[in-house]
Amino acid sequence: MSLVGAKVLRKEDPRLLTGIGTFVDDLAPPRCAFASFVTSSEAHAEIVAIDMRAALAMPGVLGVWTAADFVDYPDLPGGLPDLERPVLARNRVRFVGEPVAVVVAEDRYLAADAVAAVEVEYRTLEAVTTIEAATAPDAPELFERHGSNVVNVVPMMDDLEREMQRCDDRASLHLVNQRCAAVPIEALACLADWGVDGLTLWATFQAPHHLRNSVASWLDIAQSQCRVIAPDVGGGFGSKIVWYPELFLAPLLSKWTRRPVKFAQTRSEAMMQMSHGRDQVHDIEVGFDRTGRIRALRLVISQNLGAYPDPTGLGLATLTSWMAAGCYRIGHVSTSYRNVVTNTTPVAAYRGAGRPEAAYSVERIVDVVARRCGIDPAEVRKRNFIGPSQFPYETHNEAVVYDSGDYPAALEECLGLLGYGQRRIEQADQRNDPDAPLIGLGLSCWLEIAGFGPNGSLEGFGHLASWESAQVRIQPDGSAIVFAGSSPHGQGHETTFAQIASDELGIPFDRIQVRFGDTATVLQGVGTMGSRGVPTGGSAVKVVSGRVLARAKKIAAHLLEASEADLEVNDNAFNVRGSPGKKVSWGDVAWASYQPLRLPPELAAGSLEERLYQESPNFSYPSGAYGCAVSIDPNTGEVTIDAMVLVDDCGTVINPLLAEGQVHGGVAQGIAQALYESVVYNELGQPVTANLLDYLVPSAPDLPGYTAGRVTTLCPNNPLGAKGIGESGSVGAPAAVVNAILDALAPYGVEHLDMPISPEKIWQAIHAADRRGVPEMSTESLSESDAEVVS
Amino acid sequence: MTATPQRHVEIEMSINGVPARHRVDVRTLLVHYIREYERLTGTHIGCDTSNCGACTVLVDGEAVKSCTVLAVQVEGREITTIEGVSGSFNGLSAVQEGFRQCHGLQCGYCTPGMVMAATGLLAVDPDPDEATIRANLEGNICRCTGYQMIVESVRWAAEHPD
Ligand code: FES
Ligand code: FES
Repeated sequence: MSLVGAKVLRKEDPRLLTGIGTFVDDLAPPRCAFASFVTSSEAHAEIVAIDMRAALAMPGVLGVWTAADFVDYPDLPGGLPDLERPVLARNRVRFVGEPVAVVVAEDRYLAADAVAAVEVEYRTLEAVTTIEAATAPDAPELFERHGSNVVNVVPMMDDLEREMQRCDDRASLHLVNQRCAAVPIEALACLADWGVDGLTLWATFQAPHHLRNSVASWLDIAQSQCRVIAPDVGGGFGSKIVWYPELFLAPLLSKWTRRPVKFAQTRSEAMMQMSHGRDQVHDIEVGFDRTGRIRALRLVISQNLGAYPDPTGLGLATLTSWMAAGCYRIGHVSTSYRNVVTNTTPVAAYRGAGRPEAAYSVERIVDVVARRCGIDPAEVRKRNFIGPSQFPYETHNEAVVYDSGDYPAALEECLGLLGYGQRRIEQADQRNDPDAPLIGLGLSCWLEIAGFGPNGSLEGFGHLASWESAQVRIQPDGSAIVFAGSSPHGQGHETTFAQIASDELGIPFDRIQVRFGDTATVLQGVGTMGSRGVPTGGSAVKVVSGRVLARAKKIAAHLLEASEADLEVNDNAFNVRGSPGKKVSWGDVAWASYQPLRLPPELAAGSLEERLYQESPNFSYPSGAYGCAVSIDPNTGEVTIDAMVLVDDCGTVINPLLAEGQVHGGVAQGIAQALYESVVYNELGQPVTANLLDYLVPSAPDLPGYTAGRVTTLCPNNPLGAKGIGESGSVGAPAAVVNAILDALAPYGVEHLDMPISPEKIWQAIHAADRRGVPEMSTESLSESDAEVVS
Repeated sequence: MTATPQRHVEIEMSINGVPARHRVDVRTLLVHYIREYERLTGTHIGCDTSNCGACTVLVDGEAVKSCTVLAVQVEGREITTIEGVSGSFNGLSAVQEGFRQCHGLQCGYCTPGMVMAATGLLAVDPDPDEATIRANLEGNICRCTGYQMIVESVRWAAEHPD
């Protein structure tokens, strides 16, 4: 029986459910000291003086260090010339929360006391927190040497005015994709132990080898003397592939204090210091015909990068521009973008990283086109879809060739599961009842780019390469260890990779162990991000397992004096087809593989071990159709999600339980962006959402149940046919929810509201419309278009 | 600013049925007492504003966020942490097994707190419906699962009592 595709329960669960998992802060080596950071209280200021005398005099304090102590060390890796980020603020602070000094003390309480005793004198400078303010003519500059707050601009080649003018009509939207925080429930933590043999650094991180490479280079030590371990990692969502100063400083503090040094961020620190995501402003315009057919699309993107350009942050707007046209066949597409620095926490990858922003804008404008044409939004989508036979589909960007998909089928399934036609009829009825809640239906036929693996796709972010590695080692008893370069943080690699290996090798799932996250035991690895775990890392496991099996068959054939071609593997043994009883167990083959005299001449001892760096010729393009039904109380503006339908196409599914879990988690973050979450700064650049009281991460009663569906088109670019699933939900959900709310508000003539759409915003919009005396929207066009959908 | 003068006291409580006696700074939070003095690290810390519930334990059978309580405040009380939970499903309790069966966890960081909160709920309401479960887990944040599978996990436990 094939395990790939089966709902297999997870190997990681027993330890995590009994509290014996190991997260970084759970480690406590003898003599472990604790680091804590003095951080900037100012958004933009010059540092005049730092007085650490009081702190140094406190009991249990081992030392206090400032930028002056690190002059022999470079700035953080991956920065741009003249815009580099120092490990500790040097002369100038550029966002609230930027580390200015570091204290090491005997425990975290004493460290916190000492941090409070360090006095920093600032000369405050004018701060800018928004793209608009940062690009104003007299805006204060963050980096005088760069000479502008605009980091770079990728201009539009053709503004498409000619094409737009040829269309029957055009529509535009100004959209704010607000800043969000990733909020992994385990915040940043690391533990450095600089011993005689070199450095061991435990870190909650998505890419331990990548961290090892950078830390060793920053410290100027050999990579062979730098071991990075990512043990159990409590979520990441992109925020744990970022070069935080704490990760580079902790090793030196350990070296200098001759103690293991641990740092574990508080949530309030994390809200200011872990990277944020999104924060793009879009101007999108389309030209379309009365039939709803979109002919031209233009997208102008501005990305707020925060105070320092992060390597992944710099890639966000690029990805958005690539995916600007979504799943639609639009003849002319043109994009431009610019990256801007502001006095805010740096922005980097957050689940979806540039693709949620693209999907949101195109899915919003399609709804506007539908409304202008008086055609149902489902029908407008169908009229514009790339057809299932049009793959590979070349887009406006040569790097982007969609692999496969069946967008109409996904939408059909979504409409069916949502009961779309029936709900449209109910909506029309309710609109005549002034006391009824406002009903709205929203669709999002989203598409994203994933499976980061083609050459060059990660090197730009400073990674060694873009492949992913896997190594399979058969133990002498016939059990197997899979070493995976992709190090997970909740995705369940121990389970899915064992499923893949079990199918390929014919070794029982329970006898396969998956190891990762330790640069001393795992060969080189890249990491878990960009929905690449299964398409790239899982494919590596599949191919390398197949190679090991091929050798094992040679040994089995030799032992059985049979032909390899006649062997089949089942029940943990190699059987000769058609000769019942003529077999050799996997354990016997494995044992023999270490005994030269029992091997066929072409094999040597230890040959049942193989490694592979799996490359991909191209990306994968997960897609789906999400549908949302909301009801809104017109008196309070409160939104209830009545249904959330999620039809995904991620190609081959390894474990439907885990795949669905990934979708749910992403959708929760997408709904949260639509309704609740927003990182807010006041005009002085002070964060007003710097803890979980003020930043509204939803809990169980704030979110709906989900109804999942699936279509499957295989990805031709990897041996598994998998497209990746980690980011789908966060890409697809925001537009579905927002479109549903605006559909409900259509009678009030509200064309757009920016996220997060709070009850207050809705209430204001309704009341503004009442004051304007907007006439009840005719329901005629809707019922007419219903017919098209239902028929 | 000057540091708070430190005072140390010796306290004792029962953790998972075992007496736990330590001399601690009076400021020590229960969660740090459990994690750093008893070295029971299954109880996690996810925030500093009592919002996330990762630190949930039972104090005399009732679910409590151990980051909101000073260790000295629970002197003499009976604390149950995730390490003290067990049952008849291969050693797991019904709640733990429910989370396993229904994929109620991904990274597992919020999980001990979720399990303790759910255990506390089922102790007073052995058969809660979906809305009750959601309402009662309001103080526990999970960033990975989107909650539906957590709700299903708790329902599974209700349907398979130990
Ligand atoms: S750590 Fe106790 S509620 Fe968050
Ligand atoms: S499983 Fe990761 S926070 Fe809940």
